[in-house]
Amino acid sequence: MMDQPSALELVTAVREFIEKHAMPELHGRTAFHARVAGNALAIVARELEQGDEANKAEKGRLKALIGVDGTLEELNRELCRRIRSNSIALDDQSLAAHLRETTLAKVAIDQPTYSGFKYSPYRRQT
Amino acid sequence: MSASESDFASTLECVVARVLPRATSLGGLRRLSGGASQETWSFDAVGANGVTPLILRRAPGGKPIQRSATAVGLPTEARAIRLAAAAGVPVPPIHHVLESEDGLGPGYIMGRVEGETIARKILRDEAFAATRPKLARQCGQILARIHKIDRSTLSELHVVPARAQIDQYRTIYDSYDHPHPVFEVAFKWLERRLPEDPELTLVHGDFRHGNLMIAPDGVRAVLDWELVHVGDPAEDLGWICVNSWRFGETQKVVGGFGDVADLLAGYAEAGGEGMTVERVKFWETFGTLKWGIMCMTMYQAFAQGADRTVERATIGRRSSETEIDLINLLYPKVVQP
Repeated sequence: MMDQPSALELVTAVREFIEKHAMPELHGRTAFHARVAGNALAIVARELEQGDEANKAEKGRLKALIGVDGTLEELNRELCRRIRSNSIALDDQSLAAHLRETTLAKVAIDQPTYSGFKYSPYRRQT
Repeated sequence: MSASESDFASTLECVVARVLPRATSLGGLRRLSGGASQETWSFDAVGANGVTPLILRRAPGGKPIQRSATAVGLPTEARAIRLAAAAGVPVPPIHHVLESEDGLGPGYIMGRVEGETIARKILRDEAFAATRPKLARQCGQILARIHKIDRSTLSELHVVPARAQIDQYRTIYDSYDHPHPVFEVAFKWLERRLPEDPELTLVHGDFRHGNLMIAPDGVRAVLDWELVHVGDPAEDLGWICVNSWRFGETQKVVGGFGDVADLLAGYAEAGGEGMTVERVKFWETFGTLKWGIMCMTMYQAFAQGADRTVERATIGRRSSETEIDLINLLYPKVVQP
């Protein structure tokens, strides 16, 4: 077991340093890249919080959908192969539900303020 | 200013004095942007007639570049802009296309048009409140004029209808060898709905915020013609509907400022024929997929070491934005009455 602080606390500390202390001292391109760096660390923080659960749920759906086991990457490759070879119908309801849930979980980590996510009719209202 | 920059400035001054006979000196020379395919400079020609605001677009460092798979050369770009001007499309006036004896490399000098290209300002600032409702119709009119341009003098343009573009982006996507099931579904969806031999026209190729110079009186200029090609005219109408170019104003499908009905009405008013909501949706879907794959490409520039900025790295995580947009397009939720 690692000691405190947690990885999440560490990236949050660095993000707060960038946003509150470094950015006000910077200008032009460097200030822009510092803002992007802060956003990158926010993605890492959300992935640390939500990633394990999202990956586990995605893997469970994939196993049920294609009926084989493997790593998350192997299962995604197999799903791609089946879509490409027409072995699964595009309007298959389980496929649609899987893609929807998986994509919502990805964007919730990557860009939760993105309009296509905020206003998605599929998003559960919280 | 370094020695090479001061050489550049004096060479440019000589060229300007020759092509604008009453100009005697240069003022306010500054670099606006630099890309892999071109560099852009802003400056003023000063003389007896007053100040003429100008832009130079030229090959990076003045060195001719290899013809890219998608971008046309700067002389072709200048000729397309002149044809567009003659067709009634708002574009900056081309003053001079550089020749080898100018000593500045390939490029051209055009007028600097005043206006706004930043989407957030156009979509949010009060100064544009009365402009926004008119823009979709005006974009439709402009696109109809672009699509009617006689392209017979631009025989060097790439001809890329839907099938060729899908194949091109499939090849790029495959080369990254990273599975995106949503992109696979989008490719299949598009392949099953390929347009049936539409009449091919000149296509601007990048008609969206950033390339539209807008003032309170409307679109002042259509910029950045480097992706001009021959293709399905619906491509230009679909591209400006891609959700990424709505900058958060997602209910306003056209550029975050208008509706498809107005875009199509403007298109028909200016003589554009046979455009439908379905054709626009096909290309909006393709454009969304294309932008998702372009995000992968920008991440690759980081991964391969060509551009190790945090911005290039992070943009890879934006392809999921296009995936949620594709889900919203391909699996529209049926709202129960």
